[in-house]
Amino acid sequence: MKQSADRQILIRDVCKEYDGEIALDHFELYVRKGEFLTLLGPSGCGKTTTLRILGGFEFPSSGRVWMEGQDITGMPPHKRKINTIFQKYALFPHMNVFDNIAFGLKVQKKTRKEIDSKVGEMLELVGLTGYGKRNIEQLSGGQQQRVAIARALANEPRVLLLDEPLGALDLKLRKEMHIELKRMQQRLGITFVYVTHDQEEALTMSDTIVVMRKGKIQQIGTPLDIYNEPKNVFVAEFIGESNILPGVMHEDCLVSFSGRRFPCVDRGFARDEPVDVVIRPEDIQLVAPEEGMISGEVLNVVFMGVHYEMQIQSGPFVFLVQSTMKEEKGRSVGMKVPPDGIHIMRKDALS
Amino acid sequence: MRRRFFAYPYILWMLALILLPMAVIIFYAFTTGEAGGNRFTLSYIIKIFDMLNIRILLRSVWLSLLATAVCLVVAYPVAYILSRIPSRKTPFLYVLFVVPMWMNFLLRTYAWMILLDMNGLVNRFLVMLGFGRVQLMYNMSAVVFGMIYNFLPFMILPIYTMLLKIPAELVEAAQDLGADDGRVFWRVVFPLSLPGVVSGVTMVFIPGITTFAISRLLGGSQFMLFGDLIENQFILLQDWHFGSALSLMMMVLVFVCMAVSSGFDKETKGGALI
Repeated sequence: MKQSADRQILIRDVCKEYDGEIALDHFELYVRKGEFLTLLGPSGCGKTTTLRILGGFEFPSSGRVWMEGQDITGMPPHKRKINTIFQKYALFPHMNVFDNIAFGLKVQKKTRKEIDSKVGEMLELVGLTGYGKRNIEQLSGGQQQRVAIARALANEPRVLLLDEPLGALDLKLRKEMHIELKRMQQRLGITFVYVTHDQEEALTMSDTIVVMRKGKIQQIGTPLDIYNEPKNVFVAEFIGESNILPGVMHEDCLVSFSGRRFPCVDRGFARDEPVDVVIRPEDIQLVAPEEGMISGEVLNVVFMGVHYEMQIQSGPFVFLVQSTMKEEKGRSVGMKVPPDGIHIMRKDALS
Repeated sequence: MRRRFFAYPYILWMLALILLPMAVIIFYAFTTGEAGGNRFTLSYIIKIFDMLNIRILLRSVWLSLLATAVCLVVAYPVAYILSRIPSRKTPFLYVLFVVPMWMNFLLRTYAWMILLDMNGLVNRFLVMLGFGRVQLMYNMSAVVFGMIYNFLPFMILPIYTMLLKIPAELVEAAQDLGADDGRVFWRVVFPLSLPGVVSGVTMVFIPGITTFAISRLLGGSQFMLFGDLIENQFILLQDWHFGSALSLMMMVLVFVCMAVSSGFDKETKGGALI
């Protein structure tokens, strides 16, 4: 853990209820200055509620929110040095591109000259120079997105909140925006708090990912940590694809599943504790049947572009395997899993 | 297209009940039945511009403007509050404003006569409180009041509908960018509600200048409006030619109003008319 001076935003023991529905359950989180933090989870996990509490559009039922040492729990949105990029952009339809971007500056009563130069700078930043006079309806979805970014950044926020901002864009544009958003964030040095349910988005852009479920944090970590070392079955299932099997942990670094024992790298379980075993599809190597730790039969093969995805039946369990080598349907194969490809989860980690 | 068949009843309806009567009115306005046979004449049109008639017309326009302005000032806050109330409570309040419209406006105006009469409920209340009786009727305020009362829902509803259509995110975006409540209203909410205001103004002003009966019932004979003038030609004086000429004048006036209001806001497209 870093020093508390780094902690630009601090959320302490926040609960939020809507008519008896619990959206956030004793939520604790800090955000470091200048980091790209992503709140990731399925719908209803409380990620948007967290963002709206940070923006000032919702107030916690209990608990406090701090920003740069100041308690902002009850502060209205217009007083926060935080700006938001809304899911549906929320551009003002009665204003052109220039006036949308200038909105915050005009409210702050900046001079005409300051406004002109700042808006020009923002248009350039998002690659829309010369679009100032356009109407909002004349823009494509991607361009509207850029105007929304420019409008939020024109206010020079210290923290930028992004609420699934790329959801309405097509895949190609979304991937371009991933790179562009990340570049912008690094260049401007602004803290980004990003909300998404798209794991790929989270993995490609974030410094820190917060995986949430039912108003609680499941795991906080770097994209690499979250992907390689999921803390529980929920995280493993949500991030990437996984094979999840019941197993028994016999002693440190020795687990059995699928009817045999495997060396692994996990420690600290009780003797013969029942566990869930998580194996990523790309961690399974396909070998000749006699060389494998587990043998099975190929049920089907799907070409995915970079790799093939195969379902392999072994006993009652169907393994999902990704490999660049193709196996024929109906063939018997062997499967090998290296010790660090086996992740052990406590049974009670997912209630 | 066989579907076109479905439009025939409406076309027939429009021909028989809108275009045909209009043709008849135009015919009457430009002809004279005197001395046997119908002859073309402009005398009725010229007669409209008689000082007496022009004064009645100006009075109609003035009172209607006044009623429209008051309606707007009263209706906007009401519509705004209605639009802000949680949706499970709105049906009741909405009905509260709409139900009076289910009653005939003459009936509603008669009801006000009973309330405002020298021996009416309001005066009796004033006497009870120790004030003297006040002549509440037969003045200009009473006429304007009657118009406001009758037309207020037509101002509230389009503004309310328009306010409801403003996405909550736009208000949040404005707050997010640093606007306090006043600025959010004047820079975002009000400009976006303007189409509703324009249709509200049109829906009050046009019935306002064509009003009749309200003026006679609440204002007595000295506040004759253009609508009353037309009514008189047909009912009292049996002068269908001059009545038609006046009606034509009224129609022209209404068309001008509608043209102005649609020029004001091309985006309304009638969408805000409830």
